[in-house]
Amino acid sequence: METAQRMQEQPTAITSHAPRPHESGKRETRVHPEVYGERPVLEIDRFSLWYGQTQALFDVTMPIPAGKVTALIGPSGCGKSTLIRSVNRLNDLVDGVKIDGDMRLNGDSIYAPSVDVIDLRKRMGMVFQKSNPFPMSIYENVVYPLRIDGENRRSVLDETAERSLRSAALWDEVRERLGTSALELSGGQQQRLCIARAVAASPEVLLMDEPCSALDPIATSRIEELIFSLRGEYTVLIVTHNMQQAARVSDYTAFMYLGHLVEYGITKRIFVKPELRQTEDYITGRFG
Amino acid sequence: MSPATKPPVRRSTPISGRGEPFVWLTGIGLSAATLMIVSLLVLVISNGTLTFWPAPLHELTLRDGTRVLGEVRRTESYRPGPEELEALSADVRRGIEDAGGVATRLLLRTGNYDLYGDDFRWVSEHAIASRREPAEAWLIERLEWGPAIGIPREIRRGAHPIADSAHGKLAEVFERERSAAAARSRRIQVLEKHDLGRINDRLEKGRLAVRRAAIQNGEGSPEHQEAASRADRLEHRLGEDHHRIQEQAALLRAQNDEVQVVIEDLDGRLITSRPGSEDPLRVSQVVRAYPANALGWAARFGVFLDRWVEFLTSEPREANTEGGVFPAIFGTFMMTVMMSLAVAPFGIMAALYLREYARQGPVVSAVRIAVNNLAGVPSIVYGVFGLGFFCYALGGTIDEIFFPERLPSPTFGTGGILWASLTLALLTVPVVIVATEEALAAVPRSMREGSYACGASRWQTIWRIVLPRATPGIMTGLILAMARGAGEVAPLMITGVVKLAPELPFDTQFPFLHLERSFMHLGFHIYDVGFQSRNSEAGKPMVYTTTLLLIGLILMMNLAAIALRTRLKRRFRSDHF
Repeated sequence: METAQRMQEQPTAITSHAPRPHESGKRETRVHPEVYGERPVLEIDRFSLWYGQTQALFDVTMPIPAGKVTALIGPSGCGKSTLIRSVNRLNDLVDGVKIDGDMRLNGDSIYAPSVDVIDLRKRMGMVFQKSNPFPMSIYENVVYPLRIDGENRRSVLDETAERSLRSAALWDEVRERLGTSALELSGGQQQRLCIARAVAASPEVLLMDEPCSALDPIATSRIEELIFSLRGEYTVLIVTHNMQQAARVSDYTAFMYLGHLVEYGITKRIFVKPELRQTEDYITGRFG
Repeated sequence: MSPATKPPVRRSTPISGRGEPFVWLTGIGLSAATLMIVSLLVLVISNGTLTFWPAPLHELTLRDGTRVLGEVRRTESYRPGPEELEALSADVRRGIEDAGGVATRLLLRTGNYDLYGDDFRWVSEHAIASRREPAEAWLIERLEWGPAIGIPREIRRGAHPIADSAHGKLAEVFERERSAAAARSRRIQVLEKHDLGRINDRLEKGRLAVRRAAIQNGEGSPEHQEAASRADRLEHRLGEDHHRIQEQAALLRAQNDEVQVVIEDLDGRLITSRPGSEDPLRVSQVVRAYPANALGWAARFGVFLDRWVEFLTSEPREANTEGGVFPAIFGTFMMTVMMSLAVAPFGIMAALYLREYARQGPVVSAVRIAVNNLAGVPSIVYGVFGLGFFCYALGGTIDEIFFPERLPSPTFGTGGILWASLTLALLTVPVVIVATEEALAAVPRSMREGSYACGASRWQTIWRIVLPRATPGIMTGLILAMARGAGEVAPLMITGVVKLAPELPFDTQFPFLHLERSFMHLGFHIYDVGFQSRNSEAGKPMVYTTTLLLIGLILMMNLAAIALRTRLKRRFRSDHF
């Protein structure tokens, strides 16, 4: 039992255990044509990734439409977090990572050798599973991306702090205590603060890696409302293992399994009328 | 059988897993440690605080008719030798034999070293015929020769008595004259040390300028001759001032010499101004005097406080066994601060590179092991290294480049507070490196990732996120390093600490901070007074008091650092996750 679980989490191990009925034959990827109707902000192009000898992503190709919320769903270990962390190259920090293929942010290659990773990350924002406010005041947390760019004009910082905190629906709760430590906020507030920080520098794409997994239902629903309200203004790529959440907040949904992109299309269609059997099994809870 | 119908399995913890004996063991460990620390502290505090309390003077009349006067220092049992027993009367001997051959004796501090050749005297209990506490006996602390204990008869100015014991008022007149004499002594000191010192300093600078010109431009060169003539003019001009100041000092000194106090011991022997002299003691030689048995509680407390103030604020005298330890307090404090200033940046930078930048591998592991092992090198080895590297190599080079005119007498090329501090910094740097590395490793990965995701460079992440977050842990390392460094003596003895250095490394003379000066240190002071002084019995109370002071100083510096750390911690504390 335990071994089986571990195998499931390690994509290369799949060949060694008995294939499920729907896994027989060649892996199929179905991307709905509607996806290509939108202007993409981010294009993932035949992207593969290895942790040492273990391959975690297999030839993923998907465009992320501008101004929409795109959800990545799939069972644990399917590579959705790896994929999102590859977008801002946080996986570079892990030893022994190799990649193949490329991604493009508004046409600019992300993995070309000439790319300055720091400049690249300045064009994106990221929200993590666990809220990670910095050990400083609420205000300084929000304007951190500007501070590291050398921006010290008070008016610019004040304006950014207010705009970002309003975007993150936190302004009314903290406007009286911007100078207090961010660590004194509640868990949900901390996560919204991290969202404010992620949008402070007006990113071209906002990456969210299971932003609600450590929160209670009330805080979760506030964050979901927030994500819903960010559409149009920001392009959001969100990883979640909560299918209801994906259904509620996203315009497009991509289902991943064992490192492969399985099906990708308009959220409603994925959930109501998936084209592949594998997607349907996962959506309906038959496995995963 | 389905699980529901099976009888339930009772689980139990084996005796070896219950852990009570281990709880007891841990408790015993803690209590043993606490007991040792508490008893050490009680010993030091009780001996250290009571040192300055004025003890009563006992007059003992012995069976052979001699009388002795002094403070009872302590009482102990001893076993008299056969010869001593032989000399005793029969009933006394029987009494001792009944007690198992054990007798009691007192250690009496008689003072008057110049008269008796010793400060202390053992008196056997059975030899005492009677004892009393004479109200007229005084204890007189002198600048030299330790305390005098005796009975004051009169006070004279020149040949004329101005007060005597028969007409009373002796105490008031004495106190008035003593403070006047003390004021004159202070004035003499200012004249000789400050004013003359300044003149000598300028003369020395002139002479050094001549030497420098000779070294740079050659003997007999125009520059050399010009410098020499300038030095001559300076000497001529300052010579007059020098003479005038010396005359002033001599006048004050003559006034001080006039006022004398006649004190006799119980046998009527006069306590003189110096051994071999016929003159009575001068009032200006007296630091403090009081009729020990006639004092009320308030007056005793006054003497107690006065002694503490002297201890904390003045310079030592009498080969360090009397007077104050201010230069040692200052030296210890300044050296610890300088050491912390040196060790903090070095240790933190080394740990940062080791943890954040270096590629983890065998080389880094080897470096880490080497650093950890450095903490186990005996401190005297660091002292030898400091002497060889800092004092001789580095200091010698500095002297050759910047102070060639003073050679062969060294400026930086010998022990000094800078080299001592750097040696101790070297000694304590492993502690800081290890603690900093731990603190850096404890910064959550999520924080670094959050910073990188915002587009921060590695340096910005370290400087703005990692270091602030690790500061409390780094502070802990610094506190440990400081505590270790402040209590260290061995390496200091060869890199700059001396027995007596009344010139502080920081004063009002340009350039104010004299890093090349040797200094005094409380730890070395304890060693010096306890084991290197003429009379270790006389120095013993001083050892306790100095130990108390050193512990107090380290405690205070640690408390300050801990308070700072707590404030920082509060800033970084997280109640949620």
